[in-house]
Amino acid sequence: MLAFLVRRIALCAVVLIGTSIITFAIAFVVPADPAVTMAGAKADPQTLATIRHELGLDQPVYVQYARYLDRALHGDLGRSYVRRESVTHLIASRFPATAILAVAAMLVSLILGIAMGAVAAAYRGESTDNVLLVVSLALVSMPVFWLGTMLLIAGGLYLHSFPLGGYAGPLSLVLPTLTLALGAAGYYSRILHTNLSQAMDQDYVRTARGKGLSGARAMMKHAMANAMLPLVTLAGLDLAGLLSGVVLTETVFNWPGIGRLAFEAIFNLDIPLIMGTVLFSAFLVVIANLLVDLLYAWLDPRIRLSGAA
Amino acid sequence: MGKLELVGAVMVLGLVIVAVFAPLLAPHDPTRAVAATYGDPGAPSLAFPMGTDQLGRDVLSRIIYGARVSLTVGVAAMAMTIAIGVVIGLVSGFFGGAVDAVLMRFTDVMLTLPALLLAMAFVAVLRPSLLSILLVIGLVSWTQVARVVRAETLSMSARDFVFAARALGASPSRLIARHVVPNVLPIIVVMAALGTSNTLLLDAALSFLGLGVPPPTPTWGRMIEEATIYFRTAPWLATFPGLAIFYAVLAFNLLGYGVLRERAQ
Repeated sequence: MLAFLVRRIALCAVVLIGTSIITFAIAFVVPADPAVTMAGAKADPQTLATIRHELGLDQPVYVQYARYLDRALHGDLGRSYVRRESVTHLIASRFPATAILAVAAMLVSLILGIAMGAVAAAYRGESTDNVLLVVSLALVSMPVFWLGTMLLIAGGLYLHSFPLGGYAGPLSLVLPTLTLALGAAGYYSRILHTNLSQAMDQDYVRTARGKGLSGARAMMKHAMANAMLPLVTLAGLDLAGLLSGVVLTETVFNWPGIGRLAFEAIFNLDIPLIMGTVLFSAFLVVIANLLVDLLYAWLDPRIRLSGAA
Repeated sequence: MGKLELVGAVMVLGLVIVAVFAPLLAPHDPTRAVAATYGDPGAPSLAFPMGTDQLGRDVLSRIIYGARVSLTVGVAAMAMTIAIGVVIGLVSGFFGGAVDAVLMRFTDVMLTLPALLLAMAFVAVLRPSLLSILLVIGLVSWTQVARVVRAETLSMSARDFVFAARALGASPSRLIARHVVPNVLPIIVVMAALGTSNTLLLDAALSFLGLGVPPPTPTWGRMIEEATIYFRTAPWLATFPGLAIFYAVLAFNLLGYGVLRERAQ
């Protein structure tokens, strides 16, 4: 187990370094001069030179990268050029709103997806199965921002009870949560359906049915546990993706989360904030990946003994 | 051929016909004010079945012309995605070892980066245009293709017919071109169909965020973005372009998923 742990963590470090290099490269692709962004277009050359020196922009690229990495490891992601605030602080202040939305959406999509997938698998090959297949493909095919807008129209115009965006109380959570959850539910239901169908053909399920268990009970008691595991893995990774900012949904509902923050950063070409949000997202995904793998290894001895990741 | 992919194929064909024959099918010029209600969105009527927008332009005509951009970007970006993904997947799976390790770690890195954010950042920097959008979408969405192609290549490279060809002295390039690629092709076709629904969604999302092909070219995503402020007074403005995106994405999903299901059975 220890060897597996070391290997896995080393792999994480490699991926994170790669991620930080790509994130760092963003600064060099953006044509805007940070000094001009900060001091304004009318600043004199002396001021610009001073700012460049303070930011370390007069240093060679590898020195800049090393300094960037060193600061990032200490939790310092620099200062937003436009908002003049610490990027770490900005991300931390926006994170709760995104986290609430992401967790709510994940729960709803899992419940809906598992229900749809289980029902479809129970009626495998029958018309219920086919209808649910088409429904789930339809859910996956809806553009998130359009679904959000449609829910806004329905919720705000016809139901009158839902706030039209912003972050104010539990009721304001309903529409953005549904917007995020419906597509994911369609996706999860397909995956659970595939896994359940495979599990139902296994010998242990056949044995259970041979003992006299009904199809539905055999599915719930025996096949479900095995079919759920890959789904939970996937959900863990998706949650990290959701946490790192759901740009479109937050834009439609004017939700004050990390997605909006990143969106504004990109439009202002606010380099440290763009780099910070991208790096933070990637960091969450890497950590989620690691946790899921460790959980798997702990649950399944075949993985930790073979040493395969 | 199953029902799913048949329906999908017919829907895709419909989309292609609309895009190709847009000038014949569209009742009005999509970029000109044709309604008398300039300044206010017009409700759907006999003359304008999907209504008119705030500039008096016919929504139906704009949607018909919008199919051109969507299909062009969707298919071209998918081609980029497939090209990058197939090359990386084939090389990684066929050669293995250090090459595989480096390419797969690179894929891992790309997988951790948020695709939409990355695409937004690069399109914003490069300035939105047809070319920059399809390049960027291709660059951020090849990872899944690379992984699937790699897995398929690995299993094919270990088959007896590849060993036999190698024993007969076939060069690596010949082995890949003549023995591996033809066997990996079916899964590439599936990935291409599913990939197009992905690139269509990404393109629509960029366009919705103001990073799409610039005006006056009508795009479905931007039509929805422009309609959001009228969602109380003119809900049809956002509804119809969204249905168009939904139709196009669903068409490719049905096609890809249908073929995938046939293969699994």
